[in-house]
Amino acid sequence: MEVCTPILSQAAGTDPSIEPLHTRYTGPGYPQGLDLFLQTSPEFAMKRLLAAGSGPIYQIAQVFRDGEYGSRHNPEFTLLEWYRPGLGHHGLMKEVADLVYACLGEEPGVEKISYVALFERTFGWNPLQAQIPQLEDAAKMHGIETCNLEYRDQWLDLLMSLVIEPTLGAQGLTFVYDYPASQASLARLSSEDERVASRFELYYRGVELANGFHELTDAAEQRKRFEIENRQRQQHGLAQLPVDENLLEALESGLPDCAGVALGLDRLLMLQQGEVALDDVLTFSLKNA
Amino acid sequence: MATYSTNEFRGGLKLLLDGDPCVIIENEFVKPGKGQAFNRVKLRNLKTGRVLEKTFKSGESVEAADVMDRDLQYLYNDGEYWYFMDNDSFEQYQVDASAMGESVKWIKDQDICNVTLWNDAPILVEAPNFVVLEITDTDPGLKGDTSGGGGKPATLETGAVVRVPLFVQIGEKVKVDTRKGEYINRVKD
Repeated sequence: MEVCTPILSQAAGTDPSIEPLHTRYTGPGYPQGLDLFLQTSPEFAMKRLLAAGSGPIYQIAQVFRDGEYGSRHNPEFTLLEWYRPGLGHHGLMKEVADLVYACLGEEPGVEKISYVALFERTFGWNPLQAQIPQLEDAAKMHGIETCNLEYRDQWLDLLMSLVIEPTLGAQGLTFVYDYPASQASLARLSSEDERVASRFELYYRGVELANGFHELTDAAEQRKRFEIENRQRQQHGLAQLPVDENLLEALESGLPDCAGVALGLDRLLMLQQGEVALDDVLTFSLKNA
Repeated sequence: MATYSTNEFRGGLKLLLDGDPCVIIENEFVKPGKGQAFNRVKLRNLKTGRVLEKTFKSGESVEAADVMDRDLQYLYNDGEYWYFMDNDSFEQYQVDASAMGESVKWIKDQDICNVTLWNDAPILVEAPNFVVLEITDTDPGLKGDTSGGGGKPATLETGAVVRVPLFVQIGEKVKVDTRKGEYINRVKD
């Protein structure tokens, strides 16, 4: 079923690496004004619908992120997001591949590789165990000069984005799955190995196209993650954000076991058209919006 | 100390990196959907001319380099230094061999050059893209030869050697592209 949820929300995602844009409503109902956030994805509202018994749902949504602008980023972009009750992340990967095939009008091959296996293949060590000096050496060996990275996950992001990502999906679609638990985001931890989370990403021709989860349904665990992320935001000198109590209430009432994914439609269009920059496919990007 | 945040990065911006002034050639924003954002930057070291790549955590600040370009007139060389003058302020600058670089091969008195100043000291001199210089030495060529085919080395008044067509003679003036070190055409006075 296609759904439509509000772009404005009184709460926001707390992920320290995703910064929401905000605005303010003043008028009847809120004479003193009400702070509102533009959605960075429709995830929380859609989960509330799932908890209310919607069944499988999808929507195409405009989403907004502050601080992101470049050849593959625009602060306003379009996500196709959908949820499948009863499906795990591997089942959903198959569905994502089918949809992308249909859009590209061809059937490139599919490669599936775990995050751990991907790092072992590229660098010869396990990313769940590697310590910062080892990550730093790997970056240097690949000609990346950088400094001032304090956290392991920042180093892993650096290696993933600059060394691994450009090589992914050269022959077809590449799904990377089972991310470190420290990068679980809104995914549940794997039932087989709690050091990894049931999260996946899709890459095609070196471009990140989609991010999916076998969704976390545990309300207490979700609240804990929001609190940890808000503490991280404070450490990074970022504003703490209001936690979505409506979402937590929905999780408490019971979110069905489900998998969900968000796919960047502008990037998919860019690849389908054989272009290399979002600017080539957006009607008006930030500079002339 | 002036600084620039990565949000201000763009081509042409001058930064101080490891003690050397550098200019940004290319700036690319890289960010995983969920994860740390980076700026991958290609820069030219203004002292050595070398191109390097650096990756910054987005949001970081980097020290600015007080670098500016000036058009200065070349006056003379005293055997050790080259002297230039700002024709507006009449201020003179002394330039050493490393800052002169390849430009020594192409310039003569009164030429106007683009000079890069770092903290008001010259670090790089660029010869004009095209210069006209007299040929001081070359083998006599065949009469009636046209510009097609062959060529011969010719020494110019500044000491530089370029390949010229066979018909070009000692005492004639030629226009040279200093970026490629190539002959363009003969110039009549």
